[in-house]
Amino acid sequence: MRHGKYPFIIGFLAVPVALYVTFVVAAYLQTFQLALTDWSGLGPITYVGFDNFVTMWNDELFWRSVQHNLFLLFALPLLTIVIALVFAFLLNVGGGTRGGITRGVRGSKLYRVIFFFPQLLALAIVAVIFGRVFSPDQSGMINGLLPAGWGPILFLADKDLALLCILVVLVWQAVGFYVVLFSAGMGSVPQEIYEAAALDGASRVTLFFRVTVPLLWSTIQVAWVYLGIAAFDAFALVNIMTVERGGPDGATSVLAMMIYRNAFEFSQAGYASALGVSLFILTLAFAALTLRVTRRDAVEL
Amino acid sequence: MSDVFAQPEWDRRTLLRRAAAVGLLATPAVSMLSACVSGGSDEPQDQAEGEKSNTNPLGVDPKAPLEVIIFNGGLGTKYATDVDIPSYNKLYPEAKVTFSQTTEVGKVVQPRINAGDPPDMVNNAGAGLMDMAAIVKAGQAQDLTDLFNAPSLDIAGKTVKDTLVPGAYDQNLFDGKPYVLNYAFTVYGLWYNAALFKKNNWTLPKTWAEFTALCDKIKAAGITPFAYAGANAAYYQYLAILTSAAKIGGTEVLKALDENADGAWTAEPIKQAAAAWAEIGAKYSDRKFAGLRHTEVQLQQNQDRVAFYPCGSWLENEQAKDTPAGFEYAVIPLPSVTGADKLPQTAIYAAAGEMYYASSKGKNPRGGMEYLRHMLGKANAAEFTKLTKVLTVVQGAADGLTVSPGLTSGNELVKAAGSDYFGYRWPDLYKKLDTECQAATNQLMFQGGTADAFCARMQKAADAV
Repeated sequence: MRHGKYPFIIGFLAVPVALYVTFVVAAYLQTFQLALTDWSGLGPITYVGFDNFVTMWNDELFWRSVQHNLFLLFALPLLTIVIALVFAFLLNVGGGTRGGITRGVRGSKLYRVIFFFPQLLALAIVAVIFGRVFSPDQSGMINGLLPAGWGPILFLADKDLALLCILVVLVWQAVGFYVVLFSAGMGSVPQEIYEAAALDGASRVTLFFRVTVPLLWSTIQVAWVYLGIAAFDAFALVNIMTVERGGPDGATSVLAMMIYRNAFEFSQAGYASALGVSLFILTLAFAALTLRVTRRDAVEL
Repeated sequence: MSDVFAQPEWDRRTLLRRAAAVGLLATPAVSMLSACVSGGSDEPQDQAEGEKSNTNPLGVDPKAPLEVIIFNGGLGTKYATDVDIPSYNKLYPEAKVTFSQTTEVGKVVQPRINAGDPPDMVNNAGAGLMDMAAIVKAGQAQDLTDLFNAPSLDIAGKTVKDTLVPGAYDQNLFDGKPYVLNYAFTVYGLWYNAALFKKNNWTLPKTWAEFTALCDKIKAAGITPFAYAGANAAYYQYLAILTSAAKIGGTEVLKALDENADGAWTAEPIKQAAAAWAEIGAKYSDRKFAGLRHTEVQLQQNQDRVAFYPCGSWLENEQAKDTPAGFEYAVIPLPSVTGADKLPQTAIYAAAGEMYYASSKGKNPRGGMEYLRHMLGKANAAEFTKLTKVLTVVQGAADGLTVSPGLTSGNELVKAAGSDYFGYRWPDLYKKLDTECQAATNQLMFQGGTADAFCARMQKAADAV
């Protein structure tokens, strides 16, 4: 057996590694290379050293985009995880204990399905739907429901509200998945622990903070990384939903949107690659940081 | 031809060639490398060529296949499949013409350019169009000088260039040479529903005072007097602002923008125009339009909830499906802003638009040019206008056509303007300024911006170009 081990492993790994190298690693390497050029996206390439990065440093929109990404990075995981945890808790444990079995609130099976619905919709469709919800005139769902004389709220056309609108949609879309993820995590917590806690007179709140959260810690940690990476993207929503794509006046611009516009609209593929490199570094730094900061002894079950 | 631009490639190409010669790199690897990133820095492939003759002035190989790709948007593709391709095939029955259409030109064509296999004739248009200046710079567009000097398809004794409306040829030039054909002739003005205005006995304004007085009346009737779509079409509005500026100060104002001259954006006429329009935005429009898209605003106009809408002459065709019976599109030139405007009130912004170019690195660039010659035939141009309700740059091709009220109104606008029409190209030349100006325009019109702030902001962005 030992003799055939390496061919066996290589046989399994060859195809995925080849695909990964071709479509991920090679693409990244080329991005790093192009970041040092002034390539327009067509035709000849000239190397310009670190000019693109200097331009980037002085680009006011770049810093605002980074700020928006960081805002999403903070708010999206926090809101999503809190909401998803509460929902998952209610669905699984919130109903109290009956006959020795903890259960969710009444109708929890139905809610579970409903929570997952947004996850089934393509992001583009979600963006179009919420574009209508937030429409700034009477045809918009929210403005249409407001009593006469209240309005209209501009939402996406309002500099102060636009990014919040994007955040709301991101959270709405993500919560369902994490409810399911946390539910699965809670399912693996042995009944006896809840039972014992309940016998000791622990309230639901105590159950949640003292039992559920610590036992789910590793799941939450993974969720935080996933959501953080999603916060670095947000491209589809910004591209489809916002006014002036990234507006009004750059109020919803994110790095991914800037990369797209520079590469495909302003014919500055070199500069777009430099932005891509900065996004790559930010994402990597975030993932490393999160995993380090949230490191905490896992509770053995 | 493209020597000027091809210069930087030379070094790298020789280097690769030498490398291949000493056997450091296998030939396929070289071609793969350059296909990956460099975008057709390959040697031109074998290109089809035939005998020149009176009917074939460009030396097209009558048997060579031709590939055309058309943007499927407001104009549709019928004019290509039903008019231009049959016309080409009539002259060259043995040529197989491959037709394809797309709504995302850049996404389809750019990879093919970089793979060294571009379609022969490309309609570079729509929201996903490619930066034409970059294509020309990369040596991917065929020099069309031969085409414009060739005899017209069906107007005896005239070259193609002679058959164009005045000024249209110049809009095809990059550094003095034509690399693209801007085919559609679009006129811009304020669009309104002639039936609605007739019913209410509203007279069309010629001066700014008449304009604001009429807007008061319209507002009193419960209709929004003026609107444009801030979410994705603010450039309709900056076009209106700059049209007013050109009327006030003459076409030099726009020329300075194209040349990105010092202080071009802070010129007095632009300030005056911006101030006049800012008042319209604040008093006679609504902030909510900052968040609406062009289709939504145009629909509101069709429902008689918006009176004036600044737009180009594609509007009628674009709205054909949504226009209710009894709605009659008509267009007027922008009212004069001051009593001392340099250009008459009838002056309009009119531009050749919708880019078509032949690929210089394709298999059949002569065929691509010949295809453009067919598009520029007078009969074919008239068919185009009939199918799309859009005028072409071919002079007089639309005369006598009665297709729709909007088209007739647009044609009258052109006649009234005489030779007083103008345009600019800065948004194509400096794409980032276009984005900046859209944001600045929304600020000016909907967010209580001032003319001074508008000019200062644009000048700052222009200085950074």
